[in-house]
Amino acid sequence: MANGHAAVMGGNAGRPTESKAVQWIRANLFSSWWNTALSLVLLYLLGKFLFWFVGWGVTNAIWYGAATECRAVKGIGACWAVFPEKWRFILFATYPYEDQWRPALSCLIFFFLYAYSALRRNWNTRLPAVWIGGLLAIAVLMWGGILGLAFVPQERWGGLVLTLILSTFGIALAFPLAILLALGRRSHMPAIKSLCVVYIELIRGVPLISLLFMASVMFPLFLPEGITIDKLLRAQIAIIGFAGAYLAEVVRGGLQALPKGQYEAADALGLSYWQATRMIILPQALRLVIPPMVNTFIGLFKDTSLVLIIGLLDILNAAKTAVSDPAWRGFGPDVYFGVSLIYFVFCFAMSKYSQRIEGELNKSKHR
Amino acid sequence: MSAVKAAQTTEAPMIELKKLNKWYGEFHVLKNIDFECRKGQKIVVCGPSGSGKSTMIRCINRLEEHQTGDLIVDGIELTNDIKNIEAIRREVGMVFQHFNLFPHLTVLENLTLAPIWVRKVPKKEAEETAMHFLKRVRIPEQANKYPGQLSGGQQQRVAIARSLCMKPKIMLFDEPTSALDPEMVKEVLDTMIELAREGMTMICVTHEMGFAKAVADKVVFMDKGEIVEANEPEPFFSNPQNERTKLFLSQILNH
Ligand SMILES: Nc1ncnc2c1ncn2[C@@H]1O[C@H](COP(=O)(O)OP(=O)(O)OP(=O)(O)O)[C@@H](O)[C@H]1O
Ligand SMILES: [Mg+2]
Repeated sequence: MANGHAAVMGGNAGRPTESKAVQWIRANLFSSWWNTALSLVLLYLLGKFLFWFVGWGVTNAIWYGAATECRAVKGIGACWAVFPEKWRFILFATYPYEDQWRPALSCLIFFFLYAYSALRRNWNTRLPAVWIGGLLAIAVLMWGGILGLAFVPQERWGGLVLTLILSTFGIALAFPLAILLALGRRSHMPAIKSLCVVYIELIRGVPLISLLFMASVMFPLFLPEGITIDKLLRAQIAIIGFAGAYLAEVVRGGLQALPKGQYEAADALGLSYWQATRMIILPQALRLVIPPMVNTFIGLFKDTSLVLIIGLLDILNAAKTAVSDPAWRGFGPDVYFGVSLIYFVFCFAMSKYSQRIEGELNKSKHR
Repeated sequence: MSAVKAAQTTEAPMIELKKLNKWYGEFHVLKNIDFECRKGQKIVVCGPSGSGKSTMIRCINRLEEHQTGDLIVDGIELTNDIKNIEAIRREVGMVFQHFNLFPHLTVLENLTLAPIWVRKVPKKEAEETAMHFLKRVRIPEQANKYPGQLSGGQQQRVAIARSLCMKPKIMLFDEPTSALDPEMVKEVLDTMIELAREGMTMICVTHEMGFAKAVADKVVFMDKGEIVEANEPEPFFSNPQNERTKLFLSQILNH
């Protein structure tokens, strides 16, 4: 450190015109012999990787064409040609081909809803109405059967829109469930408390895959004769229940981190339990746990791909199915790479957004 | 002065504790407490650390639960009935050692929250009342700041104003100045003295003996969960009866 500063100052004295960037590099990467050696080795490795990656992903890659062309460069270049060929199947899976504009439009409505809700100035009484309207439109588009749209049974839905449906409802409903569970676990009423503890520990203690399995195989056994819940709904319930149990512990962490004095002040002012919870406790407790909460949301988003085991075609499984076409067999890694990028975009957006919102909400705390 | 006091004694007490007992597990914190506070009275409670002062006044608004004995506040008997508890909390204001302001709300929101939601006062009226009390505690200019942006003394005055906005009949203070830097103690005590002069019924746990001498009608000394001695301030300080009181007073007055 001391060396670094000396180098900067020496540099400044010798070359007063040196730019900020050069100064930074000199101070942080080449401040001593050891640092310099380390920097050079890392730069070499990074360069080598980039060189290989550009060769594989750009120069040697096949961007367009038949599977046979891809086979020729297998191992040397990526096969992006699979995307122009298969993108409709990856994005919309088995949804009737000529009607695929409907899930496409549904995805756009989802994007609009996300963007609309992301802006704090829209956080008012209109927001629920906008969501209800948006979700109704999506339901009409996806199912059809009215307005001259052909009916499409849920079994044929798939691709991106399925991932978005599962994770949007998953997050939107797991969140209130988690809050109730966390409050219940801290309740003074023994019955409620033990119910919540048992639920959380039980659900958290088993893999999501087994929950999905149970939801799809065992759930129908408990339902009265004649009532059937479709597969998607069963998967959705399993995901909500699972994420809710995880998130409940995150929320409880926030409730516990809040000083006792906040509860006492609310009580002393005569606020009822629900008033205090809604206006004093939750706003502070949730703010404290934004990072682990978003962590859970991101986990949930990616876990939706586990619905594969009960035969639902979300975007990842659609991609997998796409390359099971004999012509394209063996190009799994290339397809997964592309689909991973889509996942990454969503997760990164969530992460960035949570950082921003955390910053905004904590403005009141600047001390 | 004495005529006023005589007139007051004919009324029923605002707060009445009869043979009150409380345990924390095995530990007997409050032992057969008999205590009363009449309308307009200012009572100072003092005693060594751990003697149960906080516990006693926190029983009065049910932040702590007593096990045996009776506790009657403003004619309402405190039981497990949630309706009674909420009714009493509306009438009893409390100021804490560590202020306990709501950090995510502005000063004005801190002051208007309970009147709007508990007393169902219209927002505009609640804000007017809030500004009135902020002026009384001399910080109207801080209305739109967040608690974290204020000094300790200012925060405690906001906390006092927050309680006053509920128009309570009784104010409880639990060591309101002991978390403050010395130079801020006076501004808070001045606010409390002013409040006392206006006739508020007050019970105040404090070691500020100057405050006790200035405004108290009665000083209560507690030790090991018992009320050892209670008297008017002048005889209490000049002529304490109990050995424990004498020891305590010599310790806090000579430091
Ligand atoms: N929640 C609790 N559980 C167990 N013991 C407690 C609890 N709260 C307080 N006590 C004990 O009860 C006794 C009385 O506490 P209390 O806070 O009323 O004392 P105090 O007179 O206000 O003291 P101080 O001047 O330090 O505030 C103390 O010995 C304390 O350790
Ligand atoms: Mg105390």
